[in-house]
Amino acid sequence: MQRTIRTRPTLPFSPEGDDGLIVCRCEEITKGEIRRAVYDGMRSMNEVKRYLRAGMGLCQGQTCQRLVQGILSRELGLPLGETGRIRGRVPARPVILEDFGMSDGDSEGV
Amino acid sequence: MDADFRRSDVLIIGGGIVGCATAYRLGKRGVKALVIEKSEIGAGGSCRNAGGVRQSARDVRELPLAMHAVSDIWPTLGEELEIDVEYRQRGNLRLGKTEAHIKALTALVAKSVSAGLDVRMITGDEARAICPHMSDEVAGASWCPTDGHANPLHTTFGFYKKALEYGAAFVTGVTVHGLKKIRGRTRQALTDDGVYEADRVLLCAGYESRAIANTVGVDIPVEREVSEVFVTEQRPPMFDVMLGTSDADFYGHQSKHGSFVLGGMGGMEKYTSNDASVATHGITAPRLSRGVIKYFPTLRDIKVLRTWAGHYDVCIDGVPVVDNVGEAPGLTLAFGFCGHGFGISPAVSLALSELIIDGESKSIDVSALGYDRFRAKS
Ligand SMILES: Cc1cc2nc3c(=O)[nH]c(=O)nc-3n(C[C@H](O)[C@H](O)[C@H](O)COP(=O)(O)OP(=O)(O)OC[C@H]3O[C@@H](n4cnc5c(N)ncnc54)[C@H](O)[C@@H]3O)c2cc1C
Repeated sequence: MQRTIRTRPTLPFSPEGDDGLIVCRCEEITKGEIRRAVYDGMRSMNEVKRYLRAGMGLCQGQTCQRLVQGILSRELGLPLGETGRIRGRVPARPVILEDFGMSDGDSEGV
Repeated sequence: MDADFRRSDVLIIGGGIVGCATAYRLGKRGVKALVIEKSEIGAGGSCRNAGGVRQSARDVRELPLAMHAVSDIWPTLGEELEIDVEYRQRGNLRLGKTEAHIKALTALVAKSVSAGLDVRMITGDEARAICPHMSDEVAGASWCPTDGHANPLHTTFGFYKKALEYGAAFVTGVTVHGLKKIRGRTRQALTDDGVYEADRVLLCAGYESRAIANTVGVDIPVEREVSEVFVTEQRPPMFDVMLGTSDADFYGHQSKHGSFVLGGMGGMEKYTSNDASVATHGITAPRLSRGVIKYFPTLRDIKVLRTWAGHYDVCIDGVPVVDNVGEAPGLTLAFGFCGHGFGISPAVSLALSELIIDGESKSIDVSALGYDRFRAKS
């Protein structure tokens, strides 16, 4: 893991014309909110996800992950590959609670 | 520049909610903190927990922290941090289905009442009136109307953001391996990025604090225990209370977002907790799913989106250490939160800022959380 020093920003936040663009469709998170999160101190994909919910919705970041990475790398001045990924989580796609309850082989449970 | 950056008034080891909140409170009083975090902000328990803000069923030794947090800090914390911490104070129901459950709950209630907490036993029907949709199997519950829940992610990052605003600095991706005393005082943190130095050191790195404290001759008996949480899709508001069960077959709440945040254990933790990685175990969330359906049959067709695991830092006598260390002056400890440190963290950080600046915690009595309580009896 790369060493990152974090201190309070010295310049005010500067809005951009297309800040209203929706980037994470599931949770309706805009480009401006992601830029603002970086301004507020978020420095990685996981931090942006936890702060804003970008990538936490029904598609679990399948749609927006690359877009968020792009915005993050531009805001932080990092090469595209260095923003990291949001952590993959089980189950890979949504599963009905009752089916999930039987997924460890215990069919009597519910 | 780099040498300058490595010095501070206070070094805080661990960028979880305890480290972030204490950095904020120190900054507010004009004391500069540098927080060293090995991973990302909140990557430990602080962004993995289920958001319970609970006084009921707590050990009486940490009840002053829980009660202070609930009465004096949580109600206005969102305004203070300028972020929606989603604090909801709609009570905690701990549900029982069998006679044995009711007996166990009644005993827990008696303990909390004797410590001055408003908590009581209610019937199954009374519980269903508070939280509709619940199965008829629920025979009774303990009810603490002043408990609640909040959003741990917003709260952790809220403290982090405010700490930055008040002049604290953070360095992430740096791992602390040990501490070093200089002329009898704890002044240095030895890391994979060289030496960091300050007048005082706060160690709040969860389970890993134990090994770090060992390097200056202090041992706190803390073990690691894995626990899991899962999250569902959104539903219209169904209930607003925090729920637990006497059987511990699940606990959780519905968040402001509409998703249900549900957690618990699978039963194999004794054999799966030693792994440093925090992987989910294939039997845990399915077991919890079955638990949820037994109490809330209407949720059987809700979709599960995401599961994750986290580590509890379990202190063998059930409460954390929040104290200055006598034989290593300059060192303050805050770990061993036993899987319920989120709800009290706003109060813990206040006690810590006073321990660090004033030498004692005046606002909240933490005298039962001393580091030296494990000494062999003579
Ligand atoms: C699954 C789960 C559910 C929970 N549910 C609840 C709940 O409902 N209610 C409640 O009140 N509490 C709950 N908790 C407990 C709560 O999350 C913790 O008690 C709380 O977050 C503790 O905060 P902390 O800052 O002490 O620890 P952490 O957030 O774990 O922070 C410690 C930090 O130290 C860092 N660190 C570790 N070693 C080093 C090192 N060598 N050098 C530098 N940094 C290091 C870690 O990366 C970590 O970020 C739960 C915990 C888990 C895991």
